Amino acid sequence: MTRITQLALACAFTPLTAFAQTGDDHSESRGDVRHEMGGQAQYMILADRLEWQSGNGDEIFVWDGSAWYGGDYNRVWVETEGETLIDGETEAAEIELLYGRAISPYFDVQAGIRQDIEPDARTYAQVGIQGLAPYWFEVDLEGYLSEEGDFTAAFEAEYDLLLTQRLILQPRIETGFAFQDAPERDLGAGFTELETGVRLRYEIKREIAPYIGVSWSRTLGETASIARSLGEKEDAVSAVIGVRLWY
Amino acid sequence: MFSRRQFLQNAAGGAAALGATQLVPAWARAASLQSGAQQAFDLTIAETPFEVGGRRAVATTVNGGIPGPLLRFREGEDVTLRVTNRLADTSSIHWHGLILPNDQDGVPGVTFDGIAPGETFTYRYPVRQSGTYWYHSHSRFQEQTGVYGPIIIDPAGADPVAYDREYIVMLSDWSFEDPERIFAKLKKHSDYYNYNKRTLGDFLNDVRDKGLGQAVSDRKMWAEMRMMRTDIADVTGATYTYLMNGTGPDANWTGLFNPGERVRLRFINGSAMSYFDVRIPGLPMTVVGTDGQDVSPVETDEFRISTAETYDVVVEPREDRAYTIFAESMDRSGYARGTLAPRAGMQAEVPPLREPFLLTMQDMGMGGMSHGAMGGMAGAKAGKKAKSGMNHSGHDMSGMKSGQGGMSGMDHSGHDMGGMKMQAGAAGAGAGMAMDDMSGMDMMDMGHNHPGGPAVAMEAMNPQERLDDPGNGLGDDGWRVLSYSQLENLRPNKDPRPPAREVELHLTSNMERYMWSFDGVKFNEVDGPVLFRYGERLRLTLVNDTMMAHPIHLHGMFVELETGAARRPLKHVVNVEPGTKRSMLITADEPGDWAFHCHLLYHMEAGMFRVVRVTDNVAADDPGSHSKHGDHGEVL
Repeated sequence: MTRITQLALACAFTPLTAFAQTGDDHSESRGDVRHEMGGQAQYMILADRLEWQSGNGDEIFVWDGSAWYGGDYNRVWVETEGETLIDGETEAAEIELLYGRAISPYFDVQAGIRQDIEPDARTYAQVGIQGLAPYWFEVDLEGYLSEEGDFTAAFEAEYDLLLTQRLILQPRIETGFAFQDAPERDLGAGFTELETGVRLRYEIKREIAPYIGVSWSRTLGETASIARSLGEKEDAVSAVIGVRLWY
Repeated sequence: MFSRRQFLQNAAGGAAALGATQLVPAWARAASLQSGAQQAFDLTIAETPFEVGGRRAVATTVNGGIPGPLLRFREGEDVTLRVTNRLADTSSIHWHGLILPNDQDGVPGVTFDGIAPGETFTYRYPVRQSGTYWYHSHSRFQEQTGVYGPIIIDPAGADPVAYDREYIVMLSDWSFEDPERIFAKLKKHSDYYNYNKRTLGDFLNDVRDKGLGQAVSDRKMWAEMRMMRTDIADVTGATYTYLMNGTGPDANWTGLFNPGERVRLRFINGSAMSYFDVRIPGLPMTVVGTDGQDVSPVETDEFRISTAETYDVVVEPREDRAYTIFAESMDRSGYARGTLAPRAGMQAEVPPLREPFLLTMQDMGMGGMSHGAMGGMAGAKAGKKAKSGMNHSGHDMSGMKSGQGGMSGMDHSGHDMGGMKMQAGAAGAGAGMAMDDMSGMDMMDMGHNHPGGPAVAMEAMNPQERLDDPGNGLGDDGWRVLSYSQLENLRPNKDPRPPAREVELHLTSNMERYMWSFDGVKFNEVDGPVLFRYGERLRLTLVNDTMMAHPIHLHGMFVELETGAARRPLKHVVNVEPGTKRSMLITADEPGDWAFHCHLLYHMEAGMFRVVRVTDNVAADDPGSHSKHGDHGEVL
């Protein structure tokens, strides 16, 4: 097609009516719609583990939960974890307040503070990464710097194995690492502990899933020696019964 | 929530008479549609009780019905539609597929401010086309909760389709959940409604059938990429009841016929999130129109109707028996169903739901790449996708800046990679180019001019057109299934100009965060509209970088889908299957800001929406200066 023909056709198919420029660009309603389409904040509350553990003569209640509020990129997180003897003292309790930023399709970087309430009050600066690793592993790696300058780290990984659409087997592993001795917490440098377990949950609804399982934990390395010297057991096996909830 | 089995039991056990469903509009109860176009309509959007499958809820309706009333226009006439909003929220009506003045299009924030609670907005526009269309609210999730209905426009002249009787078959999806809650659930767990995931049992079956090695390697790549092969529909029969003309499967909507008559069925997919595969066992269908536009008749046994598409078919039932109109949801989690019968109260066998399909590498845009090649690529993926055995011809890689984002390992400056073709299987061994080098490359930059980051989990490396593919899961049942390549407009296309430039947009997502976008940018993040020059002829190419099919809808103008047909079919909704790229020609002759979006409602609300501005108020670039590839349309 020659350029002249193209030009002629362009004229033929360009309506001659004057182009109407409307003054109103609906800027306010467009702003609303833009916010609505992709910019809205959501929230989630997750009680990943609310469970009774029974083993070695002790009965303890363990909680491990988190909540977030925000958009696709920026979120505020509150996380809490701890355990308490069923008829006794709270052995550990911590709460974290974090800002999370999406850095890739599957990972968020988180930074903020961690406050231990038990066994004693202690504040940490915290930074970590959390997300979904290849092969569908939920992973969470956090580093903590205590007010005394102790640097520790924790790693957690979970995997969902679907036995059926609702019956799900979840292996889980958690480990701690101390970059130096932290005597006030009875930790020795190196890997400090390892906890692994498997939980079988049934999703009555996606949001409500009771489970049973077994959990095995032990202290490691120098930390294990410290535990021995304090007369504590190095390892423990527990039967677990609990529920996973989210909204 | 119910399982698929329960759903089937409900469907089989129910015996409610159609008349019991009070909200079914008159047009859906009539034996053939009333003819006779009107020019003035009063429509009221309000909350109304709704009942389906024995459960009650409150719906948002137009004139009290689900669907709303039939609007029957005549081509060439002017229509006036007074729409009153009795809801507590802003509402709107968009005339889906209609060519009309921009300020009558009814999209809040784009063409007007919406209709405030208690207010009446009067739409007036000339009717410039004929065929089957529909209308729906364009405000948040009101379309999901019932604000939709059919439009038929009778042609000014003779109708090229001869028929004795006609029915609308409007398909939709109903949930008893609040759509805001559905959306919130998807944002937290995008697989919330998928009860068809692969289990340990599936794995063991695969081990038995294919051997351990194959079963493991089948899963390895998908798991590595965190993609689900069963991710077909985000919202499924786990919460949806699929409706045909507002009635559930048990209520059995029925259209009557006399044997030997030609019956025109105007299928409209008015659902929020559902694709349907439609067939009438025992009755061939002759497709005569799509998206309101006449096509050359083509006979088939089944067709996929994506969300917001319409298909007109003619059937000629000759026997004195009932026929089931069966509309399976694409993920096979449920169905809408009705009956064509010579007398009321009859029904035919309802076929079982077929097994859902599994997504394949082709859907990842890796068509033509062998599995073995992918195995060898595992080390090269660097968190993205590997490329091997992929033909780069068509991508002008010379536009890539060397030294840009991770490219420093390879110097491509000045190299036209069009001829590069790595052999499958040899790729891992480093024939021609060591894959170690490839791993340092940012795959996001190769042929994809949009940003990566958290919004983009995947990119189609070798997208195919697949226009002769009737769609995933279709075509292997021993009967004919319609494909886009069979559609040919009845009349010649009006504008013979070749496109002067190409605009390419990628459909992008991160399923894990339930982010949906064009070119990795959600609507809340875009800088401005996609610009079309008033009067220009352009090619729009859509590349699907996601694992799901998307029905992409352009307001205000038809597109001519490039199927290879001499007379390109006119459409306003184009289904872009996963891993495909599809092109269309557009004459940008309707000035104004037009909505352009994925018609899956929750995708749109998550950000898969753009404004296309047709304007003559742009610096007149020389069209020749635009590259043929990867021109994403400038932003203002």
